[in-house]
Amino acid sequence: MDLLSDFFLAKAAFIGIVFAITLGIAAYSTYFERKIAAFMQDRIGPDRAGPFGILQPLADAVKMFMKEDFIPANSNKWLFIAGPCLSMLTALMTSAVVPFGDTVTIGGVTFDLQGIDVNIGILWVFGIVSLGVYGILIGGWASNNKYSLLGAIRAASQNISYELAMGLAIIAILLFTGSLSTKAIVEGQQNGHWNIFYQPLGFIIFLICAFAECNRTPFDLPECETELIGGYHTEYSSMKLGFYLFAEYINMFISGAVMATLYFGGYDYPGIDFVTAQFGNNIAVFVGMGALIGKALLFVFVFMWVRWTLPRFRYDQLMGLGWAGLIPLSMYNVVVTAFGILIGKPFTAGIVGVVLLILGLLIHDQLFVKKKIA
Amino acid sequence: MKLSNRTKVMEQGEMTLAERMYLPAIVGGMATTLKHFFSKPVTIRYPEQKRYLGPIFRGQHILKKDEQGAERCTACGLCAVACPAEAISMVAAERKPGEEKLYREEKYAKVYEVNMLRCIFCGLCEEACPKEAIFLRHDTMVPVFNSRDEVIYGKDKLVEKMDQRYLRDGWK
Repeated sequence: MDLLSDFFLAKAAFIGIVFAITLGIAAYSTYFERKIAAFMQDRIGPDRAGPFGILQPLADAVKMFMKEDFIPANSNKWLFIAGPCLSMLTALMTSAVVPFGDTVTIGGVTFDLQGIDVNIGILWVFGIVSLGVYGILIGGWASNNKYSLLGAIRAASQNISYELAMGLAIIAILLFTGSLSTKAIVEGQQNGHWNIFYQPLGFIIFLICAFAECNRTPFDLPECETELIGGYHTEYSSMKLGFYLFAEYINMFISGAVMATLYFGGYDYPGIDFVTAQFGNNIAVFVGMGALIGKALLFVFVFMWVRWTLPRFRYDQLMGLGWAGLIPLSMYNVVVTAFGILIGKPFTAGIVGVVLLILGLLIHDQLFVKKKIA
Repeated sequence: MKLSNRTKVMEQGEMTLAERMYLPAIVGGMATTLKHFFSKPVTIRYPEQKRYLGPIFRGQHILKKDEQGAERCTACGLCAVACPAEAISMVAAERKPGEEKLYREEKYAKVYEVNMLRCIFCGLCEEACPKEAIFLRHDTMVPVFNSRDEVIYGKDKLVEKMDQRYLRDGWK
């Protein structure tokens, strides 16, 4: 392939821009995490570095780089270094298939605002997310520390458990679209036909699983401070720790983007036809890219909001919710969706499905659960 | 029969359906945090902003002057006697003719020192003073010392400046 072709250059530039956006957002997520935490606790938060403390991520990065880069004597040195690198790598790779926008034409060259439009886009996301657990697992194992290993094992079993429910939630989406390509899924949702209206139950399942996959509260058991000191990154310091933390924030942003892609119409926004007619296609597409990033950031806010609201689950509760709660629920969701498509009324089927579920739970509750003796 | 009927018997039975679904409680909790997200922070940024500590806060000592600008202290030593930490020491002197503008009475304190490392800011000197000369001001705290030379406050730091007189809330 000609390395200097327009196509290649455009792709390289686009990937560079996406990386820059992702890394910038991840850096500022640390700042906004602290700010949001502060506001929710009636505090002010970091405000010393620059106006409103907006230079705080810079100061944190300098601190991270200046700290001693310590490698424990009995650790497996290469794996110890590979762990955070792998976490970071997999976190960044996920963004390749997220469609940030439709095609634009600049200077006679037409290109996609998407890294690669593979026909197995969603499977790619799943594959990379599953690989992500290796970063944690390798880091925890290489540390040669009981707490790190326990955290790593927790991370592994938690991610595997919640991937099942997540996959089943996506199957319902795939029934709609008939394609694994993320681009096709977004195009199927244009003009306000967002999947969230047809899949409220599936979205809740996916959201909960996303929390678990990102190791965020209430499912942050791998780094549970009260039990495991720091979990898998107990032995890490300096920028290697920074990479782990950074990867978590990148994962949050990317999972927000994936949720926006799957359930909230991707780069679709109200009034897209009006903008296209007024300002031309390119502007409309870039506004769409902004809309997608805005939706993703909204999810990042929800991630932080939940973190500062809910306490951590116990490990058996986590496993119980995953295996006994979410997997049957997502199977039910698949059946309801399939039935809705069969009768040709997916919207009604989604609503009726939720209502029937709640009714069923109420009846089951009345019949089989012991009541409080008042 | 209980003494008062206010005892509440808490019984933990099975969780209700809504409790087992977690979601209603989660939504309720998130509403609470969102409410706080938009409420005003209670933080006071300390070195820049200071909380008002009330008109009777006992801060740094001040030797008051009267309206004409004459020092009120007569070096009677009652404050030094009252001081439980023995932080106050003074040397008395007789007023010379022509110094009536400077000192109110015939006797005055030539040296008046408060050792801020000994002082416990109890305010007994203020209570003991018959001339209303020494006060612990409510608006200024004794700053942190960097060396022991700064610990003993003499008249240069204690006597009230006429261009920035000290007024406590409730006076006049």
